[in-house]
Amino acid sequence: MHVLVCGGTGCQASASAQIIKNFEDILAAKGLQDEVQVVRTGCFGFCEKGPIVKIMPDNTFYTQVKPEDVEKIVNEHIIKGRKVTDLLYMDPENKEHVADSKHMGFYRKQLRIALRNCGFINPENIDECISRGGYEALGKVLSEMTPQQVVDEITKSGLRGRGGAGFPTGVKWGLCAKNKCDEMYVICNADEGDPGAFMDRSIMEGDPHSIVEAMAICGYAIGATHGLVYIRAEYPLAIHRLQVAIAQAREYGLLGKDILGSGFDFDIELRYGAGAFVCGEETALIHSMEGKRGEPTLKPPFPAVSGYMAKPSNVNNVETFANVPIIITKGADWFASIGSEKSKGTKVFALAGQINNVGLIEVPMGTTLRDIIYEIGGGIKGGRKFKAVQTGGPSGGCLTEKHLDTPIDYESLAAAGSMMGSGGMVVMDDTSCMVAIAKFYLEFTCEESCGKCSPCRIGNKRMLEILTKITEGRGTMDDLQELRNLAAVIKDTALCGLGQTSPNPVLSTLDNFWDEYVEHVVDKKCRAGVCKKLMRYEIDKEKCIGCGACKKNCPAEAISKTDYIAPGHKLPSMTIDPSKCIKCGACISTCKFSAISVK
Amino acid sequence: MAKVKSLAELKAMREKLQSNLDLREKSNDPDSLVQIKVAMATCGIAAGAKQVMEHMMEKADELKIGVVFTQTGCMGYCHAEPTIEVKCPGKDPIVFGHVDNNRADEILTKYVMNNEMVDGVIPVNYETI
Repeated sequence: MHVLVCGGTGCQASASAQIIKNFEDILAAKGLQDEVQVVRTGCFGFCEKGPIVKIMPDNTFYTQVKPEDVEKIVNEHIIKGRKVTDLLYMDPENKEHVADSKHMGFYRKQLRIALRNCGFINPENIDECISRGGYEALGKVLSEMTPQQVVDEITKSGLRGRGGAGFPTGVKWGLCAKNKCDEMYVICNADEGDPGAFMDRSIMEGDPHSIVEAMAICGYAIGATHGLVYIRAEYPLAIHRLQVAIAQAREYGLLGKDILGSGFDFDIELRYGAGAFVCGEETALIHSMEGKRGEPTLKPPFPAVSGYMAKPSNVNNVETFANVPIIITKGADWFASIGSEKSKGTKVFALAGQINNVGLIEVPMGTTLRDIIYEIGGGIKGGRKFKAVQTGGPSGGCLTEKHLDTPIDYESLAAAGSMMGSGGMVVMDDTSCMVAIAKFYLEFTCEESCGKCSPCRIGNKRMLEILTKITEGRGTMDDLQELRNLAAVIKDTALCGLGQTSPNPVLSTLDNFWDEYVEHVVDKKCRAGVCKKLMRYEIDKEKCIGCGACKKNCPAEAISKTDYIAPGHKLPSMTIDPSKCIKCGACISTCKFSAISVK
Repeated sequence: MAKVKSLAELKAMREKLQSNLDLREKSNDPDSLVQIKVAMATCGIAAGAKQVMEHMMEKADELKIGVVFTQTGCMGYCHAEPTIEVKCPGKDPIVFGHVDNNRADEILTKYVMNNEMVDGVIPVNYETI
């Protein structure tokens, strides 16, 4: 028998070391030290209810254990085999005690559907995939369903595009299927371009067969025999694993001619992108695959009518495809039972930023931001204060504390001024400056703008110039109004979806962090201490002993002697010339008397 | 010639393959087969998962413990890469984070060989369908 006691920082702070000692002492007193092993483990992740004690092998999970509870646990549980009910986790909703950690809310918050095989199978071995039910959905549609039934099933499931815009997948397939043509294409958009996003890469690296299978299913549904994956060349491992998966599927007769004896032919080719953000937009992606410049064109015509090589094409994102096979095997009703009213299923997020459990997570739609950040993400790093969460990348926005209880689905996020996006989620604490964050995303957009339409090419540039002005302390209140005007014009007039959404980071921070903008403009102050030009280094003349260490270390020769000698000191104090100071911080780290501070 | 010709064949194949995996999992010889999965997506490899896996293979040979190593995709614990999942026969799998060569040795010599729990266990925080 093992007694696992959490030795994470949180639990140690609440006396887990004493708990371990009590266990050892009491067990030794009863002569059980050889049968029962007491182990100090790492964090169980459920710090809120610490200290945690887990008894193995029966997987009992005790929460908020106090050192004096140990004797009871030993006497009741370890010796008599009875669980100590009042120490078990109590479900906050139904007030029942839960013994087994598998049934606790914290561990139930995540549900892996798109990532079902990631971290479970060997992605380079098709046998392991098949043993988990891989390719059975393809077999099912080919032998038991008509193409129309497949489209209906996907429509009924309520699956929506996971690339961010959330267009109903079944409807998209249906539109494409109507345009019968001798040559049609299924295209997988694997051009994951949002900074910090890696959902699609992880799926392709962890479960490439699900994409291969789903593309074949889509091909059958819309009447296409060619599949193309547009993947960025900077994903070499994902490319390799897809290639292996495609080769294995061909070898097994799951791709190629006459798949599973049904007479249906389908094969997949990879196309490599050079990693331009705009190529994630479907028309730009198609042009890039055709060998043209990766620039968007006006819709209509939609790709469903005239796509790759002017043939009807259906473009879906990687994560969207990853959901398809399981919808076919488990049924549309099963999928539609998960999630919220208008957004079904789950969403994968790349959780990053100032959060304890940085990671790849998958949650049912409708989960709140609070659950993600505090329960799954484990809260803000270093116990700092939550400030904002950015979703949707350069097309999304920053949400604040008042949005924490927003359920995650397409409509709620849009209503709050952000968007679902492809799944990047960056959590920020009070050390982040929201003006600088807006500027960062705008810099990205300016860099990645293809330049075809002027609202995006010139408008974003002008906005960036204004933001730079503000972060350098030269902004005026008129500039803030001008930002809003420009944003409105870009939103209305840019050519493609990426351009139309590019002002979102600025607009959402203007809405939610207006005070901070005003502070930058009026008080010339950056409360997070991020905007360098707004910082001022000062020497406290009463504290300075005049040793001159800072002066020696200053690379800009901005420090000089004054005439003032503070009472009790022998040498005149130093002062910093703000016009010469480059704000490198070298003086602060040199000063042994904490006489220098940032204002 | 295609290997799988119909859905029925695919299902038969699944059953056969499943029993293969079962055989691996419920081996009669509990001392001989430990399964270790190493999360090897780009992020894991960048964090050194590949070297750790190679090191563990050598170490397992040296210690004469029969281990089946499998590379797998992202487990989602990016804050603790490289991560490995160790499944000893008859026990629930356990995920360890921040595994470098030294920690790998510790896991093999302490947990796998002597059933002593070591630090750095990550709770599995999701359900898979």
